[in-house]
Amino acid sequence: MNSIIVLAVLGMLTMFLGITNRKKWILPVIISGLVFALIANALEWNKNTHYYNDMLVVDNFSIAFNGVLFISTILVLMFASTYYRTVERPLEDVYALMIFSLVGGVCMTSFGNIVMLFIGIEILSICMYVLAGSKKFDLASNEASFKYFLTGSFSTGFLLLGIAFLYGATGTFDLVKMNTYIFLHANELPLYFNVGMLLVMVGLSFKLAIAPFHFWAPDVYHGSPTLITAFMATTVKIAGIAAFYKLFSSCFISVLPLWTTVLSVFAALTIIIGNVTAIYQTNMKRMLAYSSISHAGYLSLGILAMNNFSKNALLIYTLAYAVATITAFGIIILVRGSRNNDDINTFNGLAKTNPIMSFALTISMLSLTGIPPLAGFIGKYFIFTSAIESGYLWLVIIAILGSALSAVYYFKPVIAVYMKKGEWEPVVGTPSYKFIIILLIVLMFLIGIIPNTFVLL
Amino acid sequence: MITGLLILFPFLAMLALWLTKDARVARRNALIGAWLQLPVAIAAICLFQCNGFREIIYAVEWIPSMGVSFNLALDGLSLLLVLLTAVLIPVIVSFVPVQNTSSPRKFYALIFMAQMAMTGVFLVRDGLMFYIFWELALIPLYFITALWGGENRIRITFKFFIYTMAGSLLMLVALIYLYLQTPYPHSFDFGALYSVALSTQQQIWVFLAFFVAFAIKIPVFPLHTWQPDTYTTAPYAGSMILSGIMLKMGIYGIIRFITPLFIGTININLEQTVLILALVGLLYASVIAIRQDDLKRFVAYVSLAHVALITMGAIIGNNFALQGAGIQMFSHGINVVGLFIIVQIIEEKTNTRKISQLGGLAKKMPLLAVLFMIILLGSIGLPLTNGFVGEYLLLYGIYQYNVWMAAFAGLTIIFGAVYMFKMFQHVMLGDKKYAAELTDIGTREATVLIPLCLLVILIGVYPKPLIDMIQPTIENILNVITIAH
Repeated sequence: MNSIIVLAVLGMLTMFLGITNRKKWILPVIISGLVFALIANALEWNKNTHYYNDMLVVDNFSIAFNGVLFISTILVLMFASTYYRTVERPLEDVYALMIFSLVGGVCMTSFGNIVMLFIGIEILSICMYVLAGSKKFDLASNEASFKYFLTGSFSTGFLLLGIAFLYGATGTFDLVKMNTYIFLHANELPLYFNVGMLLVMVGLSFKLAIAPFHFWAPDVYHGSPTLITAFMATTVKIAGIAAFYKLFSSCFISVLPLWTTVLSVFAALTIIIGNVTAIYQTNMKRMLAYSSISHAGYLSLGILAMNNFSKNALLIYTLAYAVATITAFGIIILVRGSRNNDDINTFNGLAKTNPIMSFALTISMLSLTGIPPLAGFIGKYFIFTSAIESGYLWLVIIAILGSALSAVYYFKPVIAVYMKKGEWEPVVGTPSYKFIIILLIVLMFLIGIIPNTFVLL
Repeated sequence: MITGLLILFPFLAMLALWLTKDARVARRNALIGAWLQLPVAIAAICLFQCNGFREIIYAVEWIPSMGVSFNLALDGLSLLLVLLTAVLIPVIVSFVPVQNTSSPRKFYALIFMAQMAMTGVFLVRDGLMFYIFWELALIPLYFITALWGGENRIRITFKFFIYTMAGSLLMLVALIYLYLQTPYPHSFDFGALYSVALSTQQQIWVFLAFFVAFAIKIPVFPLHTWQPDTYTTAPYAGSMILSGIMLKMGIYGIIRFITPLFIGTININLEQTVLILALVGLLYASVIAIRQDDLKRFVAYVSLAHVALITMGAIIGNNFALQGAGIQMFSHGINVVGLFIIVQIIEEKTNTRKISQLGGLAKKMPLLAVLFMIILLGSIGLPLTNGFVGEYLLLYGIYQYNVWMAAFAGLTIIFGAVYMFKMFQHVMLGDKKYAAELTDIGTREATVLIPLCLLVILIGVYPKPLIDMIQPTIENILNVITIAH
């Protein structure tokens, strides 16, 4: 709750800084504001407070995921000065929208009532629709925004319909009351309860780009401005997966068989489609879009597992995924800045002149593949263990094969960078750029080497 | 403590090399780093003997909530392979060509990273750590081959990477599965994993997952298709690490996991199928080796034939077979690295490695011919060379298990003599086909080859210390098997 207040104030402040045209101040203010939000968020640890008749329930689960949200936003924003270095405007609108979308993200991790979940998703999504189109005169960006808006609003319709059905069946929006009702009446729920539950699942799957509702992702990721893609690929996924887990673990745990079958089919499809299609991509951003689809598949294994450890598994997985993805997009930002292109063969021969960038790209790709001792491996290991423990061995085997397959496309940029020939001058970002890249490398190793520190829940 | 040092040393060497800027300094530092590790390994042997051949254990908690710990233990088998690594890495490092390597610091750093990971594999007693080191060893080898390799390297290393990674992921599933069968709170400790009771059906699947992972690494027919290409394409140092040390990870894995967990309890048909696959691979590789023209590819197939026999011994898992597997792992490491070094010398001197274009080298290079002959005899398995001890024990172990298999496996000695002597004749003896001015090997070559040749003879004449060292470990493993019955 504190963090929502801090973020809302920060968003307003950003806009005022824009009006007074203080370009130099805007990013430092935002980043320190986000750090402040991070602290305000951490202060509520272990308190488990409820606000506004249980509309918001801030427990450790939501605090941990909020933390991941804030950290990844800070990391993304560190690249903003490099990405927007040619832009004269202070860009207060873009930054403010990013911060407001975070408010939505926080609502999604800490809702205690399905209405609040819906509001959170809407706040997040509407900001994202605009952000996707924030490169106003670029055709691809406009297309991305439009596509995202159309498909997104469609899925919102599903979600809303699902919520209405759930309300009709149980007579409440409150998670705890709904859970009690479902538990007591597990055998006499009307058919439209099942329909409602599935519709909600479909709506959330849309947001997370879980197959077969993933079609928007590649075009939107490709067309959006790279910085926004990085933001989208991390925050939407983190908030979405937290909301998904929270809703299904607190409400529908007593009717597991009704939805696990469907979700496990979705998960298998997602992993297969994401990984296989990614192999055929020649564009870095599209490849990462399909990679993010496949990661949504792995994450849904954590939701299916639904046991003591799956919360931690999801937390560490999202953190690892966010750090690695942000690193990859950070490199793309700089390469695109000097070449105006983000095809994989643009990266050819980068290692000769830009060793640190190439190393960071390699580490991030290896982490996404799940090579020990990097962060991605620990995430995958936790997810797979908790899924096998709950009896999803067959899904884990599909996921494992998917991981092996993923090496094919994650190694493409690595091969391009180190083994292909290309002409490069040393590419330099702003001074903070090198620092943040090294920080990200350290983070990827750190999460992999001392994972116990991140087992919080 | 010493076990920790064994892993820490290559790690420090890797960091030091990574930070070295000057190419010449890099080579000097690499040599110092590589040779310094030999005394550490020897110190480990002394400590192990002072400890009365009992395991030296060193454990730190890593993820306590999941029962994962950084659990290192030094027993005979681990020590044997750690020693092999510590002996071969300096040899390999000193034999890296000085001029031809671009950015040598990275090259050496990757070699040390591989050494660290492989030493880790041989020392850990925790399932997850085993997987981590196992996978970590793949990365440096991938980059060594892909960055400094020969033609077609990108495609070939890619195949190698995907193949091995798929295998090791299967192993990860098997390990997690076993881990979840341990009593709550679960533990990845090897002891806990050994005591898991599996049903027949579960056993078959877990066995297959483990076997495929190890079989890809070794490699065992029909999962070997990455091997000849990769050995041929990799730079010599890479081929030496792959064949000399890395494939021992697979055999080691079989002895550590498959032998204690499954031998005697697994479906007999499955066990025999696996053995027959290894046997087929042995004969197949031997036949191909006879017809091989490229010397590097030739060594790759020779290695394939030899490790097939070791694999059979490791899977049969009786006392003699395991002793033989241990000794032969060590001997094979020395012999195959020796062969690769000789091929490298020949290629450096004559610019070709086609057997058909070579001939009569012995006249110009008498010392090389003698050293070549010793290593060749060692790998054929002539009595009083290291190959004999291992192969004899292995064949005896296989004979105890099944006479017919021993009979066919015994063909390896005949085939070995055929392809080896045929190659030697064409390359070293006969008419001089090669016109270039040749000089005999100098100090750089001799300082590496002579110690290897001495080891070949030493182990052949007096293998007792090695056998004594691994015997207690073998008994432990056999105990695990008897307890399981």
